[in-house]
Amino acid sequence: MTMLVIDGSETSIKSFLRTLSPVDQVGAESRAAMLGTRSIKTASKLWAIDTAISMIDLTTLEGADTPGKVMALCTKAVRPDPTDSTVPHVGAVCVYNDMVRIAREHLDNNGGKSIPVAAVSTAFPSGRASLEVKKRDTEDAIADGATEIDMVIDRGAFLSGNLAKVFAEIVCIKEICGDRAHLKVILETGELVTYDNVRKASFLAMAAGADFIKTSTGKVVPAATTPVVLVMLEAVRDYFQMTGKKIGVKPAGGIRTTKDAIKQLVLVNETAGPEWLTPDLFRIGASALLNDLLMQRMKMKNGQYSGRNYVTLD
Amino acid sequence: MRIDVKKTYKLFIGGQFPRSESGRSYEILDSKGNFLANPAQASRKDLREAVVAARNVSEKWSSASAFNRSQILYRVAEIMEGRSEQFVSEIVAQEGLSRAQALKQVSEAIDLWVWYAGWCDKIATIYGATNPVSGSFYNFTTPEPVGVVATFISGDSSLSDIVHGIAPVLAGGNVVVAIANEEFPLSAVTLAEVLATSDLPAGVVNILTGKSSELAPWVGSHMDIDGVDGSGLDLTAYEDLRKEGAENLKRINRFTSVKSPQRVLSFMENKTVWHPIGI
Repeated sequence: MTMLVIDGSETSIKSFLRTLSPVDQVGAESRAAMLGTRSIKTASKLWAIDTAISMIDLTTLEGADTPGKVMALCTKAVRPDPTDSTVPHVGAVCVYNDMVRIAREHLDNNGGKSIPVAAVSTAFPSGRASLEVKKRDTEDAIADGATEIDMVIDRGAFLSGNLAKVFAEIVCIKEICGDRAHLKVILETGELVTYDNVRKASFLAMAAGADFIKTSTGKVVPAATTPVVLVMLEAVRDYFQMTGKKIGVKPAGGIRTTKDAIKQLVLVNETAGPEWLTPDLFRIGASALLNDLLMQRMKMKNGQYSGRNYVTLD
Repeated sequence: MRIDVKKTYKLFIGGQFPRSESGRSYEILDSKGNFLANPAQASRKDLREAVVAARNVSEKWSSASAFNRSQILYRVAEIMEGRSEQFVSEIVAQEGLSRAQALKQVSEAIDLWVWYAGWCDKIATIYGATNPVSGSFYNFTTPEPVGVVATFISGDSSLSDIVHGIAPVLAGGNVVVAIANEEFPLSAVTLAEVLATSDLPAGVVNILTGKSSELAPWVGSHMDIDGVDGSGLDLTAYEDLRKEGAENLKRINRFTSVKSPQRVLSFMENKTVWHPIGI
């Protein structure tokens, strides 16, 4: 395995990325499909459901978000099923910048002190703003109490080969985060076209200081498809072997059912390894997923199929 | 010499024709005791998928105008008419009737479908009310659909019973998960082909074939099913279903094959609205 030597110059980045092994597209897709057929039942399923709940970044990223909606979401984050206190709380609450303070206060006042608030920043979702704006955006979120920053990369720069710009932006935002906030870097894989690009972008982000790499904003389709997550998990695994550093992965967008979530957990276990099966290293960005997990959990506890009337409307 | 192209009888869920998730099928015999077909044997998971498909389209179907619903149901009758030859030959094979008897049954069933289609925009007119109240209010009562209704089809006269099981529930604005009669499922599968080529939105009717004894407990306890037509169940199974269904207060009914608007009304609930006069 190659040593990781990047000084931030275009040449150093390119010569490092050139050493990465290419992704076998057919192989990645068939392996992801094969892992998707694993059958997880009974006690294992119950464990997987609870693990998945504890990994959810419960998200609302709408132009129509209101303080009331964010507060309701936070209440749900602390106690996903009000009728069952054995359900774990979610991994984090993920909101737009201006909602961070509201979310933080509501969590603190309702028994959710240990639940971090994640803010999407750097001109989410397009990333089309100057670096100054992106820096301010990040500073704002941290000042309001965000302890996780979900930044988007400049896909335009990445696709036009301006890798140093992408790298420098991540380094800059990472500096602002420091030890005050975890940095998740959104690759927006739906816009990166090839798996090779996903692998390159993953390494670029990790080398620049990302704590997590995240698939998508949720605003672009396709989002977190299983082959893409597989490629990113392989990148994380390879990076660990190279450097000894464990980077987290966050698929987001399009994961709506318990079955989808369990497929993701199988991918993690079989690719990065079981030590990644913790909210510190794997998160799922979702909103509708939580209701499906709760309905499946009710089915497993009560032996009868549940319905939408028995979970909250989001 | 031509090799027969045999038909695979499948389920009808969300506008698609899948095999059972369980991969099972069971054997049915014709009236002379010879092998007739291997329809799919639905599992509880197929039922779950059918309920999800139905629930997803429930809002769309119940909020369509009553007139529009009746037009769509009438169109179903038009397509049934075009398929009558297929219905006739299946009834002849399954029930051992003569062609003339089968044709009569099919014609009656289609007429019955049209009759129920007509009820869509009349049910609220006839069974709704403007209530006299002492105050400056209008007070209206209108019957509204309950939501997802599971219906166990009885088997005395296969096609008419299918129409009795499905059409009135649809006319009220409900969406349907129909469990075909275990012995006579073929007409139900053919009706699914009719519905798939009609203007009915996918998922409004879902048809499962298989063992009703296997599915009934899951229907009874399912919290997202709002009503059950238990006509096709024997009395013990029906009583068990009523006990299970008490959990979420399902509307559970059982009918003889008399055609009546009561069949439409049974899966509707009255909603009363007070509206101030002059505002």
